[in-house]
Amino acid sequence: MSDTAERSPDLLGPPPGGHGVGGNGLLRTLRWGTGAFLRQREATVFVVALALFLYFTIDSPDFLTHPNMATLLSGDAAPYIILAIGEVLLLICGEIDLSVGFTFTMAPFLMYFLITYDGFPAVLAIIVSLIFGLFVGFVNAFLTVTLRLPSFIATLGTSFVLYGVVLTTSHGEPVDIPASAMHIGKFFGNETTSGWGWSAFIWAIALVAIFHIVLTNTRWGLHTIAVGGNLLGAREAGISVARIKYGNFMITGMLGALVGLQVAFYDNTIDPSAGGYNYMFYAVAAAVLGGTAMLGGAGTIIGGFLGAMLLSIFTDGFAIIGVSANPLFIVFGAGVLAAMIANVQLGRLREAGGRRG
Amino acid sequence: MTTTAPDGRAEPTAVGDDILRVEHISKRYGAVVALIDVNLHLRRGEVLGLIGDNGAGKSTLLKILCGFQPPTTGQIFLEGQPVTLKSVDHARSLGIDAVYQDLALVNQLSVYHNMFLNREKVRWPLLSNRAMRNETRKRLNEMGIQIPSVSAEVAQLSGGQRQAIAVARSVYSNPKILLLDEPLAAMGVKEGAIILDLVRQLKTNANVSIIIIAHNYGQILEVCDRVNLIQGGKITLDKTSSETSAQELTELVVAEYRRALEERQRSA
Repeated sequence: MSDTAERSPDLLGPPPGGHGVGGNGLLRTLRWGTGAFLRQREATVFVVALALFLYFTIDSPDFLTHPNMATLLSGDAAPYIILAIGEVLLLICGEIDLSVGFTFTMAPFLMYFLITYDGFPAVLAIIVSLIFGLFVGFVNAFLTVTLRLPSFIATLGTSFVLYGVVLTTSHGEPVDIPASAMHIGKFFGNETTSGWGWSAFIWAIALVAIFHIVLTNTRWGLHTIAVGGNLLGAREAGISVARIKYGNFMITGMLGALVGLQVAFYDNTIDPSAGGYNYMFYAVAAAVLGGTAMLGGAGTIIGGFLGAMLLSIFTDGFAIIGVSANPLFIVFGAGVLAAMIANVQLGRLREAGGRRG
Repeated sequence: MTTTAPDGRAEPTAVGDDILRVEHISKRYGAVVALIDVNLHLRRGEVLGLIGDNGAGKSTLLKILCGFQPPTTGQIFLEGQPVTLKSVDHARSLGIDAVYQDLALVNQLSVYHNMFLNREKVRWPLLSNRAMRNETRKRLNEMGIQIPSVSAEVAQLSGGQRQAIAVARSVYSNPKILLLDEPLAAMGVKEGAIILDLVRQLKTNANVSIIIIAHNYGQILEVCDRVNLIQGGKITLDKTSSETSAQELTELVVAEYRRALEERQRSA
């Protein structure tokens, strides 16, 4: 039966143990090269951010001060960081959420309406607003996963709907935070009474830590990467692709609502012009700068965090030293493009590495 | 069970040690006939080479055997029992597993994460990475699969290594029948040897019966106990590997091509 198996062992090439000996050095180099790339990307962003930070510290005595640091970290960076967490998760599994900035806009208004018109206790109103974020994520996932719209189009649609709802219900006017919510506001980052200034940033750091572990060290994170890296393969292995995508859209929606509430408390007003595309694009830019691939399968929460920090230091610092923000967008755009080009080239390198070995 | 096929070839012999038997399978796609009255059997522990040129019907037969699509007519018997494969998952639950080249692996994940994909070892809520690494290392050593490191990203492995990992993963769920689709496609001789070694290894140790589907039979023939040649949707040859040769198979395929060419010229 198995006589043929031993027929010509000499034709089989090198004996077991000999395979790929010649390729081992190359493989190791490639492994180091590509494996280190993301870490290296994070390191690059970190170094650039640090250099800018030092430059502004030396250049302006107003930069490294308590009020400015509080503004930079809690006012600018924290919202970008938290939104970037959601976008990183979605980009890794091959989707994007353009509407998260409007979930942001809507959530504090919902809290306001529930307290003011429906007599909800503040805590309950906040919880319902966060659940509203989950719901928007659910709708986005339904359109994308179940009805099979590209997420770019689906979430563009929900963006307009949400913005329309915000403008209609608020008549385009800002409102004050309801008095009953103020005591919880401190916990969320309202600084009017304490002037402490770090709450929102601490929230951001805590969420980065949690979601970093979720992405790198849980089944959820592994399956998120698998879905983005090889959709068919993930499905073959029995992973519920729909469940992963629904979950990540809902996480992103909820983070959007959380950031909306936080910024409202931080600014001490609920403004229909807060949030929007600007915040969303900054979050996506942060993710991309940090090494997240737009085509899915690769990215880190830490990278998104560092990208958001870089953007915040960049915008805040130049404002402090009095350089007009307008030409800065050119630099900013070039930075994002450079990061994207690096991502695409990394993809090619990977492919080539795999084929060669 | 029937023992005579219409053309007298490839008779389904109703032997007790057949783990898989396929009787009178036909498949039509509208007016196109992809398979015509195919009879095939696989013995327990056997390695069967299913060989044919592109478009001969290999892929159609594979899709039927792995539960991806039902045959138009005919019956499949698994360990003597008639079965209707409803889906790939259903076939897998019955112990029939197909490996499609290295397409099932996630390039961005490490070897051990791929090995345990969707079967991860967990100390809730976290992954037990060390346990998975050790288990993977042990498994791959047992199977004689050599890779630089189980923590390496799959993207950094060679085609042969990836294919080996894909096979190793399928074997992990203890299938009775393994269908390998073009396992040597786009591989060099040395690379292919990794897979052939693995097939031999499985044959002696893993108690699994294997069907290898291939259009390039030179190397495959070395590990097959028996070969079936499929031409124009029919099985036209069923011989043990020692009774045939790559040369004979090549001549058969070329002869078929010549015949088709002559027919076309005559009708033109």
